[in-house]
Amino acid sequence: MRMEFVLEIARVVLYVVGILAFVGFNASYLVLLERKGSARFQLRHGPTEVGPFGLIQPVADAVKLLCKQILIPKNVDVILFFMAPILVLLPAILCMVTIPFGATIAARNFNLGLLMVFAFAAFNVFGILIGGWASHNKYANLAAARVVAQNIAYEIPTLLIVVAVVMVTGTFNLQEIVAQQAGGFWRWNILRLDLNPLQPVAFLMYFICLLAETNRAPFDMVEAESELVAGAYTEYSGMTFGVFFMAEYTNIVLGCCVATVLFLGGWQCPFGLVPGPHWFLLKMYALCFTVIWVRWSFPRVQFYNLLNLSWKILIPVSLANIILTALMLKVF
Amino acid sequence: MTMYLTPEKLYPLVSALLFAVLVGMTLGGAIVVVCTSRLVRSVSGLALSSTGLAGLYYYLHSPFLALMQILIYVGAVCVTIMFALMLTDAHGEVSGQPRETIKTVAALLAGLPLAVGLILLIAKARWMPPAVQVNAGTVPDLGQALLTRFGLVFELISVVLLLSILGALVVARSGRRN
Repeated sequence: MRMEFVLEIARVVLYVVGILAFVGFNASYLVLLERKGSARFQLRHGPTEVGPFGLIQPVADAVKLLCKQILIPKNVDVILFFMAPILVLLPAILCMVTIPFGATIAARNFNLGLLMVFAFAAFNVFGILIGGWASHNKYANLAAARVVAQNIAYEIPTLLIVVAVVMVTGTFNLQEIVAQQAGGFWRWNILRLDLNPLQPVAFLMYFICLLAETNRAPFDMVEAESELVAGAYTEYSGMTFGVFFMAEYTNIVLGCCVATVLFLGGWQCPFGLVPGPHWFLLKMYALCFTVIWVRWSFPRVQFYNLLNLSWKILIPVSLANIILTALMLKVF
Repeated sequence: MTMYLTPEKLYPLVSALLFAVLVGMTLGGAIVVVCTSRLVRSVSGLALSSTGLAGLYYYLHSPFLALMQILIYVGAVCVTIMFALMLTDAHGEVSGQPRETIKTVAALLAGLPLAVGLILLIAKARWMPPAVQVNAGTVPDLGQALLTRFGLVFELISVVLLLSILGALVVARSGRRN
């Protein structure tokens, strides 16, 4: 009994450190990938000076951010001002607890894992909203108002798509959803046309919603450098801005993890050979790369078009998707 | 798989600590809601209080209710209130006048009977432990109850939501014409 207790403590510590390291690694090296990627898209080289191929650049960036002075502008609501970055980052890290990286690698095999991810994702909007308001800055206020309109508009189709998937899987447990997709790539939810012919469309819509929910270009209304200075983050400097930045990348990784689990078979191998965490990471980083790819390929959409896309296309189609799934479940 | 066999000494301590933190969050958030003069801080307090309450639900072995509490109260209610505040006045500051003493006293007097009543009710009630251990996976039961026993209530709530959406549309429409 004592031995098991020690093991449990060791397990918890290991997972906490592991998840924090994973989040930190992703935040720093996805930024590098983004900079390298954007450079290649624009026929440049990107960072090359620090280390071979600029591989140690993230360390230099981190040191710079940590050394920068944190400015607190006049008339700022100090408590809320500092609470906002924490509120944005913490829930994203918390959600990592339920993500199954492999058959036995999941910090907690939680029955309601999927629901937990979407419940805590709600804090994200609240955090940015508070940050934008507390900054006492016109640009930040405007950006915060836009973010709410955007995130509410895209949360609806996201949840509707997820509901359709859950109707098929019959469980919120992420580990079980992955287990159901064992066997080969034709068993993945994205290709289960026998369950719902619209499944690939649902995946595409989920991906669009993911871009909008994480405030990535072409939907980056929260920052919109060319119109709103730096949007909700205008008054944040040094590491407070760094935390927002980390949260953005953590949310992207989280969204890609959920997409991998829901549609791409999680840690299952496409050919039924050696399933394991390497497949999960491969799929997840492929999705992350696509997110970056999209950012440097498409211009920012107009705000009204953004809302129109959600309310006039995504929501009706996802509702139709639910009805179709229900029909298919009832008929077959 | 699960190895939650902790020594008997540590488990109650951690449990009590967790409970204290959650109750502190719930009550602290509620006090912030009432006492602060800035509306935005009130909303933040409400979010804190809701999160604490969700934690208490989790503590009582109903994770579904806890997650719903967060999803609905923090994700929808608080964000909507915040949004409304931002649309009405950008800074959300209350005018410089301090609160009048008589109002504070009157509010305390008005709240007192309710508080005393509730405390008496809690103290006098006979709390029985549930005969059966309620499982975490009550989602199917919940769904069935909503569509059978509480079907009428469920539908009525849908009608209320539909009406409020229609009302919002009407208001927005007339606003646009002006």
